[in-house]
Amino acid sequence: MKTKGIVTGITANLVTVKVDGPVAQNEICFIELRGVKLMAEVIKVIGEIAYVQVFESTRGLKVGAPVEFEGHMLELTLAPGLLSKNYDGLQNDLEKMEGVFLKRGEYTTPLDEEKKWKFKPIAKVGDKAKAGSWLGEVPENWIMHKIMVPFKFEGTYTVKWIAEESELTIVDKIAVVTDEEGNEHELNMVQKWPVKIAITAYKEKPRPVKIMETGVRVIDTFNPIAEGGTGFIPGPFGSGKTVLQHAISKQAEADIIIMAACGERANEVVEIFTEFPELEDPRTGHKLMERMTIICNTSNMPVAAREASVYTAMTIGEYYRSMGLRILLLADSTSRWAQALREMSNRLEELPGADAFPMDLSAIISSYYARSGYVILENGETGSVTFIGTVSPAGGNLKEPVTEATKKTARCFYALSQGRSDSKRYPAIDPVDSYSKYLEYPEIISYLDERVEKGWVAKVHEGKNYVLRGKESYEQINILGDDGVPVIYHDRYWKSELLDFVILQQDAFDKIDGNNSMERQRYMFNKVIGICRKEFGFANFEECVDFYKTLINAFRQMNYSEYESEAYKKYEKNVDSLIEKQATA
Amino acid sequence: METKAFQKIYTKLENITKATVVMKAKGVGNDELATVGGRLAQVVKINGDAITIQIFAGTEGLATNSEVVFFGEPPTLNVSDNLAGRFFDAYGNPIGGGPKPDGEKREIGGPSVNPYRRKQPSEFIPTGIAGIDLNNALVSGQKIPFFADSDQPYNEVMAMVALRAKVDKIILGGMGLSNDDFLYFKQTFENAGALDKIICFINTTEQAPVERLLIPDMALTAAEYFAVDKNEKVLVLLTDMTLYADALSIVSNRMDQIPSKDSMPGSLYSDLAKIYEKAVRLPNGGSITIIAVTTLSGGDITHAVPDNTGYITEGQLYLRTDSDTGKVIVDPFRSLSRLKQLVIGKKTREDHPQVMNAAVRLYADAANAKTKQENGFDLSDYDERTLKFAKDYSKKLLSIDVNIDATEMLGTAWSLFGKYFSQTEVAIKQDLMDKYWTKQEEKTEKKKEEDRTEEQLF
Repeated sequence: MKTKGIVTGITANLVTVKVDGPVAQNEICFIELRGVKLMAEVIKVIGEIAYVQVFESTRGLKVGAPVEFEGHMLELTLAPGLLSKNYDGLQNDLEKMEGVFLKRGEYTTPLDEEKKWKFKPIAKVGDKAKAGSWLGEVPENWIMHKIMVPFKFEGTYTVKWIAEESELTIVDKIAVVTDEEGNEHELNMVQKWPVKIAITAYKEKPRPVKIMETGVRVIDTFNPIAEGGTGFIPGPFGSGKTVLQHAISKQAEADIIIMAACGERANEVVEIFTEFPELEDPRTGHKLMERMTIICNTSNMPVAAREASVYTAMTIGEYYRSMGLRILLLADSTSRWAQALREMSNRLEELPGADAFPMDLSAIISSYYARSGYVILENGETGSVTFIGTVSPAGGNLKEPVTEATKKTARCFYALSQGRSDSKRYPAIDPVDSYSKYLEYPEIISYLDERVEKGWVAKVHEGKNYVLRGKESYEQINILGDDGVPVIYHDRYWKSELLDFVILQQDAFDKIDGNNSMERQRYMFNKVIGICRKEFGFANFEECVDFYKTLINAFRQMNYSEYESEAYKKYEKNVDSLIEKQATA
Repeated sequence: METKAFQKIYTKLENITKATVVMKAKGVGNDELATVGGRLAQVVKINGDAITIQIFAGTEGLATNSEVVFFGEPPTLNVSDNLAGRFFDAYGNPIGGGPKPDGEKREIGGPSVNPYRRKQPSEFIPTGIAGIDLNNALVSGQKIPFFADSDQPYNEVMAMVALRAKVDKIILGGMGLSNDDFLYFKQTFENAGALDKIICFINTTEQAPVERLLIPDMALTAAEYFAVDKNEKVLVLLTDMTLYADALSIVSNRMDQIPSKDSMPGSLYSDLAKIYEKAVRLPNGGSITIIAVTTLSGGDITHAVPDNTGYITEGQLYLRTDSDTGKVIVDPFRSLSRLKQLVIGKKTREDHPQVMNAAVRLYADAANAKTKQENGFDLSDYDERTLKFAKDYSKKLLSIDVNIDATEMLGTAWSLFGKYFSQTEVAIKQDLMDKYWTKQEEKTEKKKEEDRTEEQLF
């Protein structure tokens, strides 16, 4: 029998409930308010009083309102049909909700139970199976969605019966398995999983071995992220976080993209809703929306559901990873999630840590990041969840608790700099402060030797060094004046400017410049590095400045032209003749 | 809001703080309105039968035996077309007498729009100010604040933008407005003959600060009526949101909440987002656009209020007095309209994005040259030219007293490029350069002459 209770106190969305039976931490309950049921989650229990955070507005709620506990944590429904959906943080299908405004207490079913899927068995009668074993598959958009033994199943099972190739709904029976004691379990395509617990139905989680290409030069060339890796993008407002995330989500080489719009602007999500169904994935020719699931809990939606939304996104990612797919999970922004934690911790009157955030913030963030990764499944196939989160540091100060906690755990750091965005140098990823730890991984170095060219990583470090030297020279020029330094300082500075304008800066809104293949990146980077290695005998600094300015302009025309097209070759000739002229001068 | 016959009256307050009282009562709903000793109040916390009530007007002179009456509903506003042309206080009572507005009663601070039902903002709102239209175009359904120091003419600029923008209704939410500023708005709107499309909800400095908390919700409830029910384009002006946040911190302090950064409540981000996110473009064609003012102290944008605001709004506009020309300009470096990409080059001429970027880049070069000059270094020929360009750019485009349309702004920018720079220095896509640069050539020659005579006059 379900545990029941009555409301005894209300402070904003924190409600205290006197219960008549057992309750579990994080258990879900429903509070009845004038015929509407409000979903809530237990976050603290003291004696017979349960503290619950309500996922909706508590306006009008009164002491004495009845509460019913569900006996399980916040769970997702996992089955074919998750792709192309727009969910809120609690997996309500936003498309199915009626009316312009969100109605309190309106919960929709996340998946279509009527739709027929073309089921094809993978397992055979007599096969041994465990949690996560593939029993069959159905085509979902253009991926093969594997139907697995539920992750909750413990021990080994034997397949007793499996459906033949046929059209089935997600609730039709697809298999019967027997456990070690001989009990039979009927399975359909649906399984439930609590969002706050990681899905670990895989054999091992090795170090990542390859990079995930994004088409963004400053990432792929300078600070690549590994497939199954983690990265974060901190930046003050207006520094281009969202544009960068959108570019990555459009272009990244992943099978599935999950976007968690967590406590951010609604219009940004609308941009995805409007544009992505139209955009084509350049690699497959399919519409981008077909490989995407959006978890949308914008800043004006209830705070507690915001906290749940990042877990919802991660759980869906882990679910698809178990099918041997490459998932890219983007969360914008993890600071809003941390703020949701802060608001609840504050209402619970916990002793605060730095900036009033909860004491365990750092632990919560790192255990969340740890759920991503590259895995080898029981059947030898591989899958990955690559996670990139944005951080919105208060006051643009990277010494604040969320940035610091994230820096401890994420392997790639893409620092957006105010200075770069002020001078419209986009993407504003700071070339000096940012890093990718994956460039130190021997696995990744040898992968890049193969994928791009031998000695690639050494060349990347050389490029980074030019940027650093240029920055140092620039400081000297500023202190001593244009004439106060040898021409070589100008040369160094302008070499870094060349790298900056041609490689680091990229016009995300331009069809051609916005997305570069690794081959194009290799070609252009080599070309620029070649110039950086050259010595030009400039008579004076004006000559130097003029030369590089003209050169940069010529290179930019190249960047705007289709790779290896007529126009591209024409501008390249122009670049080559400029260099030749200067070299012989 | 008169007392109804069956309502129970309580007369025993247990605790009184500066903004809240605690009393015992049963059957009270969260967020419900009440009167305490005749003053309007709202339930903010319930613990068993102990009810914490926030008194909007403050608790000065309130006795422990004051009468408390609960209304059984949260704050509401009566909405109808008759709201137009009128001025109200924070409770929705008409200022300067007159009947209370009639119409349908609506709860203020209602639910949010389903993000899936929103339409992408795509309508350009021209204002005639190049610092806005050229560099930071506004789009209907956008929310954007002015970040301004208290000595800057932000209210004047906002009134100007409001009156020039093509919208059906302008709703002003004034929080902690000085009486002078209130009268300024009133007069400006009257003089412009625009009163029939204006609705004002005003809390002046003469009234209690906590009352301000009702203003944005009142203004936006009215805005939602016109945008959702009447399919109108509504522009909401909110000034000053920093004073609104101050009121929030007063209340949270009285309720013993642990403050986070800058003594603001930990929920500041969500509190502000709830207001700003009401900006929307609706499927029926109506829209709500919000232009707000966030005053800064000493230009500090890392303070919790501007900082959180910046993360919520779609950009921000800065005003600055340009010392070279003595004009108030919209700062091209720090100002940003995030939604401009949806209209520039699409609803305006194709060369808009590139011209905008090139001009700002050259203006940045001028700033560098100026630093060089100040540090006593020799300027190169290029530096000299950027400095001259910056002066013209500031005077002919950035200054807020310029009032021309977007195409004219682009023309002016091209003529400035042609006047001071070579094509390589401007570095715009070649096909645009071919199309617009050559066209400017003759005009530039003519202009050069004009400018020469103009310079002689100086």
